[in-house]
Formats: sequence, C-alpha cells, structure tokens
Amino acid sequence: MSKRLLLVLAVAALYVLHQDVWFWRQARPLVFGFMPIGLFYHACFSVAASLLMWLLVTHAWPAHLEREVEHEEERPGGPGGREGVAAPPRFDREPTDSPRRRP
Amino acid sequence: MIPALIVFAYLAVVVYIGVFAFRKASGKEEVEDYFLARRSLGPFVFLMSLFGTNMTAFAILGSSGHAFNNGIVTYGLMASASGLVIPLTIFLIGTRVWALGKRFGFITPVQIFRDRWECSHIGTLIFAVQAVLLLPYVIIGVMGGGTTLSAVSGGAVPYWLGGAVVALVVMSYVFFGGMRGTAWVNTFQTTLFLVFGTVAVAVIGYGMGGFRDSAEALLASPLASLLTRERISPSYFLSYTFIPLSAIAFPHITIFCLTARRMGQFRKTVIFYPVCIMAIWLPCVFLGVMANRAQDIPQVKEKVEARRTLAAQGRQMTPDQRDVLRAQADADDVLLLLLQRYAPLWLAGLLGAGIMAAVMASDSQILAISTMFTEDVLTHYGGKERFGEHAQVQMARAFVVVLTIPAYLIALKAPETIFAIAIQYAFSGFAALSPLLVAALFWKGSNRWGALATTLWVAFSVTAVAVFQYLVPAPAPGPPTVVWRMFGAEALARTPGGTAVFGFMPVVPMVLVSALLMWLVSSLTPKPSVATIRRYFPAA
Repeated sequence: MSKRLLLVLAVAALYVLHQDVWFWRQARPLVFGFMPIGLFYHACFSVAASLLMWLLVTHAWPAHLEREVEHEEERPGGPGGREGVAAPPRFDREPTDSPRRRP
Repeated sequence: MIPALIVFAYLAVVVYIGVFAFRKASGKEEVEDYFLARRSLGPFVFLMSLFGTNMTAFAILGSSGHAFNNGIVTYGLMASASGLVIPLTIFLIGTRVWALGKRFGFITPVQIFRDRWECSHIGTLIFAVQAVLLLPYVIIGVMGGGTTLSAVSGGAVPYWLGGAVVALVVMSYVFFGGMRGTAWVNTFQTTLFLVFGTVAVAVIGYGMGGFRDSAEALLASPLASLLTRERISPSYFLSYTFIPLSAIAFPHITIFCLTARRMGQFRKTVIFYPVCIMAIWLPCVFLGVMANRAQDIPQVKEKVEARRTLAAQGRQMTPDQRDVLRAQADADDVLLLLLQRYAPLWLAGLLGAGIMAAVMASDSQILAISTMFTEDVLTHYGGKERFGEHAQVQMARAFVVVLTIPAYLIALKAPETIFAIAIQYAFSGFAALSPLLVAALFWKGSNRWGALATTLWVAFSVTAVAVFQYLVPAPAPGPPTVVWRMFGAEALARTPGGTAVFGFMPVVPMVLVSALLMWLVSSLTPKPSVATIRRYFPAA
C-alpha cells in the first residue's frame, strides 16, 4: 500500500474517530480528578490531529509547488506566468462572462 | 477603574506596534507591502497571526458562553473538529494559494478565480457575496470591544465610548500599518491571550475552590448533563465538522496565506494549529461549564434561572417571551464575570486586555474587505495603470475609514443578536463557498459557469435559511417544530438553536449541493482555454 494512501486512510480514520458516540452520555471517569472523559478524549484528539499533521508535512509535502515557484522566478521577466509580463495577469475590463462572448 | 486603565495601556501598545514599530521605513509605498507585508512573514509571526486572525470575539467569548449553556460538547463541536479540518485545508489549499500568489502575483482570492476561470463579472459577484458575509464580523468586533471595555471597567467606560476607542485603535493600525501592522498586532495579541489565558484558568480555579470539588459538585447537581454531550444529537455533532471548511474560504485567511515568505512557513503552522486551538479553547470551554457552579455571582444565577424557566415552561410561552428568556440566558459575558469575581483587580485588567486581544480580531476582516474592494473592484474596473501603486494604497486606506465609521454607527444602534446570528449564517456561507477554491486548484475541468452556479446557490441558501428562521420562531428546548416531512422523515424543522434538514445543520446540504453544482454545471459547459489550464496544471 502506498504511503499516500495510508495517509489518506489516517485522515479518514481520524475524522471517523471524531464522532465518538461511545462517551456520549457519560462524564466519568474524571481525568485528573476534574476533566470529564468526553472532554479529555477530544483534547487527546487535538494532539492526535497535530501528530497527523506532522506526518502529512513530513511525508506528503507538496514540494512540486516550491519547484514551480522557483522555475517561474528564474524565467525572463520574473514571476507572472508570461514572458516579459510583470505580475499579476488578469482579465482587465473584459466582460467575458456573457455567453455571447464565449469562444 | 484600574482594569480599564490597564486595558487602555494595552491598547496604546497595540497602536504603537501597528502604526509605528513595524511601519515601512522607506518613502515609496507599494501595493504588496501594504496588502501582503511584501510576502515576507516569518514562521512564528505567520503561525501566531494566522491563528490569531481566526480567534475572534465570537470564538473566545462565544465558546465559553456556548459551553455554559450546552456543556463540554462545545469543545468537540468547534475546537477539535477545527483542529483537524483547518490545518488540513491550510496544508492542501493554503500552500497552493501561496504558490499561485508567488507565481502570478495575486493579492486576493477573486483575482485567482478571475484568472483561473477567465471571467470578470462572476469574480465581482463572488466578491459581493464574500463582502456581505464578512461585514457582520466587522460590526460585531466593534460591539465586542464596547461590551468588553464597559464590563472590564465596571461600567465606568460606557459602551459607546468603548466601541469608539476600539474602532479608532483598529482603524489606526490597519490604516497605517496595513498587513504588516495587522500581522504583528495579531502576533502580540495571540501571545498575550495564550499567556494570560493560562493564568486565568489557575486564578479562577483557585477562586472557585479548586476544579476537582467544582466538577464533583456539578456532577451531583441537576446540571450534571453539562459534563456529557447529551444535549446535542450525534447528527448535529457530525454536521459541525463541515463548519471549519469556512476558515480557508474566508477572504482574510486566503489573503493571509499569500503573506508567507517561503512555503516552509506553512509547516509549523499546519503542525501546531491543533494544539494552539486546544490551548485556547480547552480553558474557555471548561471555565464556561464550571461557571454554572459560580452561583454567588448574581448575573450567573439569573442566567441559570432563565435557562431553567425556558426549559420548564417554554412550551407555554409566546415566541417573544422565549426570546426574552434566551437573551437573559445568553452567556457570552460569563468569562468576564468570572474574572471580575475571582481575579484581583490588576490581574483582571491584564486578562481583560487578553480578551480585548481576541475581540479586536476584526482588524483582518477590515483589511481584507478594503484590499478586495481596491483590487477586485476599483483597480479591476478602473485599471491598474490608471491609478498606480501609491493611489491603490491610498484608496485602500480611505476605504478602511469609510468601512469602520459606519460599522461603529451601526454597532451603536443595532441589537447585537442580529449580527451574532448573521455570523452563524456567514460560517455556513463560507463553508459552502469552499468548493470554489477546491475546484479552482484541483480540478482542470472546473469553469466559470460552475463557479457562478455555486456562488448563486450560496447566496440563495444563506438567504433562505435566514428567511426561514425569521418566519418560523424558535421553539422551546425539546422537540423541534417540523415544517416539512418527506417519507416519514423530518425534512425541514426549526430547532431551538436554528434549522435542521433531515436532522443535519443547513451547512451540510449547502456544502454538498455547492460541490454538486460546481461539478454538474462545469461538466455541461465549455472548459477554460488550454493555455490557462497549462499555466495552473503545468504537469498536464
């Protein structure tokens, strides 16, 4: 199983674990003597989410985006997507929304 | 008066940071410097500021108020779900938005949509919907400032003056400091709130005689259900996981993603976001629940009584009588009441300043609306070359003033509940707008007609829910008022807290239909040009 698929499954699993119906109607045990178990569970969920984010950042970082930016910056004219055009490109004053103007 | 003086001193520091300390030194002003801090924020400021931008008055005061009336479920509803969904969207969408900003020089999300889908007026429509949904935040920020300053000073500072001071402070540092000033102020405020929030928990816990005894006493009382989640249904709980989708679709958050110096800045933000949420929300929710034990505070006792009367006799009352009791049971000020009762004066001032920090998060929304108006409307239709960079910055500044003054005047006249409700609609609305970003960034086949259908649906559905809730009064706590049944199921019902569609919050069908419309309409209409698709998907 690929690493990416495992990470997707981990995200899905954590999403499912958020719906913890098993502690729905109980307050005890009080963790540390004062924190209801349902609240403690979700505090642990937050820590687990943080760990999952660490896994994602470590193993699924979208490095290609950084490369695309570097590639763009090295082009003549710099970032902007088109040679010789500074940033940003846009559809200035061209009302292309009208169906009549569609190509 | 001592706490109020401390808060005023704090506001002076905020103005200094925002206006002077981080103001660009050189003479010529540039658009990217004012709107995006020259895309140069470092990792700590990026994390703290992005997080602080999301921690509004609604989040801090509202969370403890919601927990006071609904129990510990508030944390699972709003905090732990956000701790998973928000960093995930920052990781998947925020990084891509940043990369597009770097490559093509975008400043607002509408610029991305216009370029990606080769459209103009549809972008203006998206701007209009975003601005209308965002405006209540600005107004409620001013209201929150007035209420907090008035409460912290024990009424010595009237509401109108408190609101005016907060509006002036926020307007000043947004006007002069732009994104750089706002980011640094947010960083300062978030740090302050994290530090003083921890102190607040310790002081209030000590004042209440320890949390162990309070928790045991609460469990032994008729309010024991507040320590469980039985006041909320599992389908409602599930619905709430759709709400954090709104975070990345908020224009001020999307714009903020463009301010990072390098993409690596996102790493720490994504990893630490869930624990930062926990650090702020866990104490707020816990204190909100425990406040039910503070019956020696007269206002708290009145709130508990109002809630009890509503639950016991609400069915026999008129909608207006129920609304009066709901207003009495509203507990957004419960954190402030605990501070006044249990913290020494000087500490109450510092903690009040910490709460002010959260209340003043409306700065980002003011800057975002002025950025969008300048870039997406004035510059787009007037032409960048015609105005020049300096004029764009001046227009944005003028708009900050034009926006803040009416917001203050409205805050003086209108009841706060209207805008509190509007914010609830806004969360659902922005969540339903999130398919726009997903489609633009991940789906080559998406087009402007799909975007138009999605945007119109969001505008329609938000309005429809608002009209429905206006026409059908909220019932008393208990079974909902079923308006429409389908195959024996409750298709549409008015609940005490809002609306239910097949038992789910409206945000669920809003997001799903939004995504469906984007897919369906885009599939049936022509795609953008090959050149555009290649620019956005170089590997295609």
